[in-house]
Amino acid sequence: MAYSDKVIDHYEHPRNVGRMDDKAENVGTGMVGAPACGDVMRLQIQVNDNGVIEDAKFKTYGCGSAIASSSLLTEWVKGKTIDEAEQIKNTAIAEELALPPVKIHCSVLAEDAIKAAVRNIREKRGEAVKEEAAE
Amino acid sequence: MKLPIYLDYSATCPVDPRVAKKMADQLTMEGNFGNPASRSHLFGWKAEEAVEDARRHVAELVNADPREIVWTSGATESDNLAIKGAAHFYQGKGKHIITSKIEHKAVLDTCRQLEREGFEVTYLNPREDGIVYPEQVEEAMRDDTIVVSLMHVNNEIGVINDIAAIGELCRARKVIFHVDAAQSAGRLPIDLAEMKVDLMSFSAHKMYGPKGIGALYVRRKPRVRLEAQMHGGGHERGMRSGTLATHQIVGMGEAARLVKEEMAAESKRILALRDRFWDQIKDMEEVHVNGSWEQRVAGILNVSFAFVEGESLIMSLKDLAISSGSACTSASLEPSYVLRALGVNDELAHSSLRFSFGRFTTEHEVDTAAAEVRKAVEKLRELSPLWDMYKDGIDLNTIEWAAH
Repeated sequence: MAYSDKVIDHYEHPRNVGRMDDKAENVGTGMVGAPACGDVMRLQIQVNDNGVIEDAKFKTYGCGSAIASSSLLTEWVKGKTIDEAEQIKNTAIAEELALPPVKIHCSVLAEDAIKAAVRNIREKRGEAVKEEAAE
Repeated sequence: MKLPIYLDYSATCPVDPRVAKKMADQLTMEGNFGNPASRSHLFGWKAEEAVEDARRHVAELVNADPREIVWTSGATESDNLAIKGAAHFYQGKGKHIITSKIEHKAVLDTCRQLEREGFEVTYLNPREDGIVYPEQVEEAMRDDTIVVSLMHVNNEIGVINDIAAIGELCRARKVIFHVDAAQSAGRLPIDLAEMKVDLMSFSAHKMYGPKGIGALYVRRKPRVRLEAQMHGGGHERGMRSGTLATHQIVGMGEAARLVKEEMAAESKRILALRDRFWDQIKDMEEVHVNGSWEQRVAGILNVSFAFVEGESLIMSLKDLAISSGSACTSASLEPSYVLRALGVNDELAHSSLRFSFGRFTTEHEVDTAAAEVRKAVEKLRELSPLWDMYKDGIDLNTIEWAAH
């Protein structure tokens, strides 16, 4: 399978790999996917009192495109408010990384991951969590 | 050392230069280009002689009579001809076929086609070690069973079935026994004078011959009948029409001759390479060999590296030519059907790589490959949330994953 240069770059030099304390009040964690399906992403965001994402970390079990999608996402969400981060669409990730059709699900998973992380931080803060259709 | 390192000999082998040389002599005006079916001139006679020499070499590899060897385009065609040919010919006696879930697609898809034609097929599940045991075959046999088709060596995991014992069972019940020997011919001694196998498929390119040529062994005593699948000029005693491809056939013959001569020494050398590779990997945590360790050919090693995903592992190993699951299915995202049938869970199946070693593999290549594999697995585990969880002592099976 031919990967785009951007996928290869993120795969070979993944940004913001790591782990935050998921118990911390200011950390939101989103874990999505399933080992049986071949990909699991864990995205964590550290959010300040103004709702701005100060730091982001990820770890991903999956193919090169899944790793690249989550690595790119951590770059994008830093400095954004959680409201803004929630709006990131998988199509933007797929486009940026030039993902082939069989790998679109990797970008969908990344979108799910940021949504889950934001939901988690909102819950911790006692904010109303937007009702979403169950997935 | 040339990169990438080729460790995919069960997908295909390079043609041995000695074979390529002989093949090249069969093509041009100066060479042996005649049609082996031409009976009226020297060009035809010479070509026929070359074809018959090659037939003898293939027969000698498996201790058969040259008249029992039918040329085909490869193991896929041999499997089709054997199973459809026998099923169609003997359907008056019954319509039940036995095979296994981990056969090559050439056998499985052929059986699916026969099901559409009204045959009934039992797909045996191998045990956890990847072996289909004779008693499983015996239990599945019915009065209307006409064909049993099982592979000698599995192409993904390398385990060996006891075809001698299964042959005895089939013969006792007068059931036709077909064996796909694409992965075993030239790697294991095969004696068809001893073993009660009725039909056996071979492929040239798995024994350092060219692609596009194979053979089917069709037993003469007791005589096995087949309905032809390719009709035409009545070549190969009516079982497979079509002008014989002299250069391909000569290539397969020479490959068979060489592999017979060198098998004992070569197997020993490849086993040593396999062990040398495994010794450099096996101390890593959560690394598992798929399939029986004892009952396997030397050249194939299928390994699961838990908590890392196979495709990304291959991406990290760009200096190694290896396959993730079967080469035939690695274009799809489904985990290998062979590993699944062994009861390997999907996660480990996604984490598996097949290394296959061969005639031109060197110690230096094996050492480099092992070092690269260690490095890649360690790097990807650092990236893996599942590895973190494993290290934290969390049992991944207790987590409710959102399948997607």
